[in-house]
Amino acid sequence: MEILGLYNYWVFAILLLIGLYAVITKPNFTKKLIGLNIFQAAIFLLYISMDKVDGGTAPIIPHGAAKDIIYSNPVPQVLILTAIVVGISTTALGLALVVRIREAYGTIEEDKVISMDRDQ
Amino acid sequence: MIIVFSLFLLTMMVVVALAVVETRNLFAAAMLTGIFSFLMAANFFVLDAADVALTEAAVGAGVATVFFLGAIALSSEHEHSASRKFGLALLAVASTAVVILLGTMEFPILGDGSAPVHQHVAPWYLEKTPELIHVPNVVTAVLASFRGYDTLGEVFVVLTAAIGVLSLLGFPRNNSEENAVNDGLSHQKILHIVGKLLIPLIILFGLYVQFHGDFGPGGGFQAGTIIAAALILYALLSGGDRARRQMPPRLLFGMACLGAFIYAGVGGTTLLLGGNLLDYSVLSHDPVHGQHLGIMLIEFGVGLAVASVMLTIYHAFAGHEHR
Repeated sequence: MEILGLYNYWVFAILLLIGLYAVITKPNFTKKLIGLNIFQAAIFLLYISMDKVDGGTAPIIPHGAAKDIIYSNPVPQVLILTAIVVGISTTALGLALVVRIREAYGTIEEDKVISMDRDQ
Repeated sequence: MIIVFSLFLLTMMVVVALAVVETRNLFAAAMLTGIFSFLMAANFFVLDAADVALTEAAVGAGVATVFFLGAIALSSEHEHSASRKFGLALLAVASTAVVILLGTMEFPILGDGSAPVHQHVAPWYLEKTPELIHVPNVVTAVLASFRGYDTLGEVFVVLTAAIGVLSLLGFPRNNSEENAVNDGLSHQKILHIVGKLLIPLIILFGLYVQFHGDFGPGGGFQAGTIIAAALILYALLSGGDRARRQMPPRLLFGMACLGAFIYAGVGGTTLLLGGNLLDYSVLSHDPVHGQHLGIMLIEFGVGLAVASVMLTIYHAFAGHEHR
């Protein structure tokens, strides 16, 4: 139990690194955006892992509830809830840019786009 | 028992993320990100974040997959170039790994109630919400009332993203009845009929999530994406042209602006009534009742804005003419 107490944070680190790796090595712009999404999801996991309290429950307090119930931390949840919706909106903006690059260059591979830019 | 489930979900997430990065087929990668989001949503639920789990399931596994597929249909389904810059990637990934893993060693273990994050404002929110706001869901109270100013900014970020997508791709052109280019999946009878039966139920669930958000998990962000997912399903089944005739993208964009305006308007009203920005206590003679009214109004604005933005973005991709 003690050893596995940090497992969430290790998975956060691994997912973050997988996303970073994809952004650096993949020349395809759509794939880079998918990598950024994984990177972003890792950070969501970090925040939500912090909200957990042992023996706690979701922070919904019914009227007239007993005083001794433990609730998990609502603050990281609020931050991440809105971040998810903002994240999909910015991803959509990135995808729109990918579509426009495809129309302007005929390809969405970074190396080809750069070499076409150099040739001009 | 729950720890086994949690370990399984986390491990599966790593496996799926590796598969997403490894596959050269972008269609497969988009579908796998849907699975990844679903695992993430289940994991959020295990970590007591019911509101976030609902949002991640609706956004990540629903709407995001459709956006990726829309963009892939307009660009390219396969990666053509091989991976490169391995040296740089190795250096960046290895150095980041060292820093982060050293950092996590100092973290309080999962579920430690005495961690610093639980000592600052969170206990105050948990203690004062029943008294000041009088709604059961503390996440809604913090999102809509205590930190309503942040949420206002986020709604405008979402609206700005829709404006950006529209200025890059343009409003989709409306085809008339006779030269409609696609009729969606209406030739697939089983999908068509089962899908159409589901749409009203999804919208009903979305409305429940919207108006029950003060009492249970839910609120404008979740409801907006759920309702948008139902209407995207309709557009997929009946064809984009038909969906755009019934709900023109210009109207949808106007509704997104109206949603953001309702939110900002509530803020302006509280200022005019002599309170602080988005301090709903002045909206009614009874402060708690004012809070209820304010939260309901701004959640409605958020729901309207988010649903309309998601649909506007979907139609911008789906109705874009391939050049």
